[in-house]
Amino acid sequence: MADTVIIGAGPAGIGAAEVLCASGLRPILIDEGARAGGQGYRRPAAGLALDMGRLMGAQAGKYAALHRRFEALQRRIDYRSRTLVWAIEGRQLHLLHDGRAGTLAFDKLLIASGAMDRVAPLPGWTLPGVFTLGGAQLALKDQGCLIGSRVAFLGSSPLLALAAGQYREMGADIAVIADTTPFPAKVAALPGLLRVPRTLVRGLGYMGASLLAGTPMLHGVTPVAVQGGSRVEALLLRDARGRERRFACDAVALGYGLKPETQLADLAGAAFSYDPDFRLFLPEIDGMGRAGPDLYLAGDGVRIGGADAAEASGALAAHALLADLGQPQDSEAVRRLTGQVERLRAFQRGLARAFAWPKAQIAALPDTVMLCRCENVTVGEVRAAMNKALGPLEVNRVKAMTRCGMGRCQGRVCGPALQEIVASRVGGDGAAAGRLRGQAPVKPVALAAAGTAA
Amino acid sequence: MEAPMALFRRVAARAGRPVTLSFEGRAIRATSGDSVLAALLENGALIRRLEFGREPRAGFCLMGACQDCWVWSAEGGRIRACTTEVGDGMILSAEPQLPAGSDG
Amino acid sequence: MSGRTTDVAIIGGGLVGAWTAFFLSKRGLRVTLLEKSVVGAQSSGVNFGNLRLQGRFSGQYPLSLRAQALWEDFATLIGEDCEFEQSGHLYLAYDAEEQVKLEAYAQLSESYGLAIERFGPADLKRRWPWLGERAIAATFSARDATANPRLATPAVARAAARHGAVIRENTQVSAVDRQGCGFALRLAGGESLSCGALVNSAGAWALEIAERFGETAPLFPAGPPQFVTEPFPYLIRPSVQAIDGSVIFRQIPRGNVILAGYPRTAADPVSNRAPVPPGKTLAAMRALARVVPMLAHCHVIRVWSGIEAYLPDMIPVIGPSETAAGLFHAFGFCGHGFQIGPGVGLCLSEMIADGSTQTPLEPFSIARFRSAAVVSDKFRKEFD
Repeated sequence: MADTVIIGAGPAGIGAAEVLCASGLRPILIDEGARAGGQGYRRPAAGLALDMGRLMGAQAGKYAALHRRFEALQRRIDYRSRTLVWAIEGRQLHLLHDGRAGTLAFDKLLIASGAMDRVAPLPGWTLPGVFTLGGAQLALKDQGCLIGSRVAFLGSSPLLALAAGQYREMGADIAVIADTTPFPAKVAALPGLLRVPRTLVRGLGYMGASLLAGTPMLHGVTPVAVQGGSRVEALLLRDARGRERRFACDAVALGYGLKPETQLADLAGAAFSYDPDFRLFLPEIDGMGRAGPDLYLAGDGVRIGGADAAEASGALAAHALLADLGQPQDSEAVRRLTGQVERLRAFQRGLARAFAWPKAQIAALPDTVMLCRCENVTVGEVRAAMNKALGPLEVNRVKAMTRCGMGRCQGRVCGPALQEIVASRVGGDGAAAGRLRGQAPVKPVALAAAGTAA
Repeated sequence: MEAPMALFRRVAARAGRPVTLSFEGRAIRATSGDSVLAALLENGALIRRLEFGREPRAGFCLMGACQDCWVWSAEGGRIRACTTEVGDGMILSAEPQLPAGSDG
Repeated sequence: MSGRTTDVAIIGGGLVGAWTAFFLSKRGLRVTLLEKSVVGAQSSGVNFGNLRLQGRFSGQYPLSLRAQALWEDFATLIGEDCEFEQSGHLYLAYDAEEQVKLEAYAQLSESYGLAIERFGPADLKRRWPWLGERAIAATFSARDATANPRLATPAVARAAARHGAVIRENTQVSAVDRQGCGFALRLAGGESLSCGALVNSAGAWALEIAERFGETAPLFPAGPPQFVTEPFPYLIRPSVQAIDGSVIFRQIPRGNVILAGYPRTAADPVSNRAPVPPGKTLAAMRALARVVPMLAHCHVIRVWSGIEAYLPDMIPVIGPSETAAGLFHAFGFCGHGFQIGPGVGLCLSEMIADGSTQTPLEPFSIARFRSAAVVSDKFRKEFD
C-alpha cells in the first residue's frame, strides 16, 4: 500500500496530520522548510534572543500551541523536512532532498502549499532594500533582523500597519505606511468585515497605534518610484490629493495581500477558475477541500484565509480524505470546521475587496518599469509585443514572446501584474488574460540532482 | 577594504557557534543558525548581480519563492541565500567564476 | 453557395503554412491562412530551434540548403529578428562505430558543398574546453545555426500579412470538399471559403484532410521533452548533438542552455497535451552534465513540450496530392521541420504558382505510404 502524503508543514498541514493520526493513519508530511510552522508561524533556529510572545502579540498563544502540538505529533508521522516536491506525475511525487532527486508514490495527496505576497511593480522595485512585506516579517521573526533602519511600508493590506507596528516595536523608524486604496473604499467594505469583529478591532488597533506614534499613514496613494543608486534611498508617492511626497528611507516593504502558491495543485491536476474578488485564478475545491480524485487542497495555498482558517481547512480536508477512505464521519467536527473555514475565508474576501489590488495603477505603469525581475522584461516590452499584428493576447503567449514569467521564479512574482497588463489590453475582466500554466520544476533543480547513474 | 553599509540591522542577538564565511573575497562573521542572506545583508547590500546588465540584487521574498538570492559557491553548487544556513568556511560570490580558457 | 473566395487556402498556421503564405502573397496571389488556435503554437513554436545541416537524410540536402539561405536572409526578407545565430553545429561520436557514422555524414555534407571540420579527442578539448571526456571525435559545420521558434512563425505570418495574405487565427476548418477544380471549405462558425489550391500543413492534425481525399500516412503525434537552465556565462557557441541522439543542447547568448530530451513521448492531439515525464527530464539532466561537466550545478528552471507529427520512416510528406489536383501536403516533419520550413514554403509556392519546383521532392511523396511503410532505425530509437 502506498501512502497518504501531506505537502506543507504550516498550520494547514499540521491540522490535517493531527486529524489523520487521530484516525490511526501515519501520514507522510513533506515540507520544504527546515522547521515546521510554515511562513506565518515560522520558528527561528535555536539561540535567537527574540521575544516571540511579544512579537506575535495576540497570536502568541496560538503560535506556541501549534509548535507544541507539532512536537507531540512528530513521533506519529513520517516527517520529511527540507524536501521540495518539484514535480507530480500521476501518483508519484518527484522530490529534491539534500541536493538529490527522488520519488515517492502516494494514494492520497493533501497539498497545503501556503501563500506568498502579491506585489505590484513600481519604478525601482528591484533595488536592494525592497522586500516583500512577508519577507520583512520573516527577516524579523526568523533572523532577528530588520530590513532597514528607516522603513517604508507600501501596498494595500491591513498587514502593512501590523508589520510596521512590529518594526517600530523592535526599534525601526517607520518612514510611512502608504496604502493604495482610498479610505472611503475601505470604509465601504466594512460591513463585510464586521462579520468577524474581533479581527477587525485588532486590525484597527494596529492602525490606531501607528497614528498615535506620529507615523504618517496615507490612504489612496499612487506609488511613483523607489529611488536610489545601488540601494533604496527614498520612496516617492503621490498622495490622495495628487501631491508628490518623498519619504527618505533605507528599505521598503511591499505587500498587496497574499496569493496562494498553486503550482503543485496545478501539476496534480486541479481545475482552476477565476476569482473576481482576489483577481486570481484559484483551484476549484468542494466545501471540504476536494480538488479531484484523491487530491485535497487546504490552507492559504488554495484560499487566503489566514492561519486559523488554514488550520481548520487542513483538518476539514483530512476529514474528507478519511470519509473517502470509508471511515465514519465525525459530522459534528465537520460542521464546526466548515463553519469556521467559511466564516474566516469570507472575512479575508472582505479584506481583499477593502484593500483592493490596484489594477488600474498597474495598467497605467510607465513602459520603463521592470515587470519580470528574473528575465529583465519591462512593461513596455510586453505592451509592444501585444500591440504587434498577430500579437499575443493571453498570458502564456505573452510569456512565449517576451520571456516575461519565464525565469527562475516561473512567474510567481510578476504573474499577477502581468495578468493585469494583459487584461487591460484585451478588455473584459481579469479572466480574459488567461492563467500562467504551472510547469515542473516548481523550483530550480540543479543538473547534479539527477545523479550520475546511466 | 572599506565595508559597504549594511542593509539589515540585527535587533535580536543570536547565541551560537561563530562562523566565518567569505563573500566576494571579503570575510564575514556570522553565527550558526543565521541564514546566508541575513549574514550577507548585515554586512552589505548585495547578494547577486542580475545576468542581464549586472544590476545589484539583494533578495526579495525571503521565503524561497522569488529565486532572487541564489549565490555561487566556490565548491561548485548554488546556494539560495534566504533558505540556507551559514556554514563555516563557505566561499561565496555574487556571480559565477568562469572556467579558464573557454572561448567557445 | 455564398462565401469568400481566395486563390490559395492554407490549413495550419505553423512555420510551413506561414512561409507558404509569405511566398505566395509576395507573388501577388490571394492567400488565406487558417489556423485553429494561434500561429506557431505547436511544433513550430516549441521545438528546439536547430537550423542544423549536418546529419540530414541525403535526399533532403537540396531542400535544406535552399532553406538555410532563407534563414540567413530572415531579417531582410521578414523585417524582424528571430534570434538567428549562425554559430555552427558540433556533432559528437562516443565510440569507433559512431565515428564511422560521423565520417559518412561528413562526406555526405561535403558532397553538397558544406565545409566540415573534423576533430580528434585532443583538438576537441583545445577548441571547446567545456566538453567532458566522453566524446572521441566530432565534426563541426560553421554554416549551421539556431533561431528562436517562438518568434519565427508569428514574424513570418506578419510579413505575409503585409504582403496581403489573410491570416485567420482561432479559425477551425470543419469541412473540406471538392468544388469544380478547386475546393470548398466550411469554417467553424458556418462561414465558407472557396479556393483554387489548398495546402494541408496541419501538422499532427493533417491526416483528416488527406484522408478526406483518399490518401493516408501512418502519422503519429509525439512531443520532444525539452528543458532550459537558468542563465550561465555564455561559453558554448555551437549547437551540440551526440550522434546517438542522447544529448542535444545549445546555449543562447542570454546564457540559458536549452536541451532537447530523449526519447520522445507520445502526445495527445485531442486534448492538446504533450506531457514531459520528470524521469526524462532527469535522464536528460544526467546526459548534459556528463557532456558539459561545468554545468553540473546549473539549475533547470522550466520544461516544455508540444505536439509534433511523426512518420515511421522519419521523412516528412511534402508535395502534391496523388488524388486531388490542387491539393498540396506538407506535414509529418518528424522533429526536423524547423530548418527546412522556409524551403518547404518556397517549394510549395513554386508548385502552386509555377506548376513545378526546381528542388527534388520525390522522396517526400505521400504515395510511398500506399505500400507497407519502411520503419527507420531512428524511429525505433527515438520513441519509447
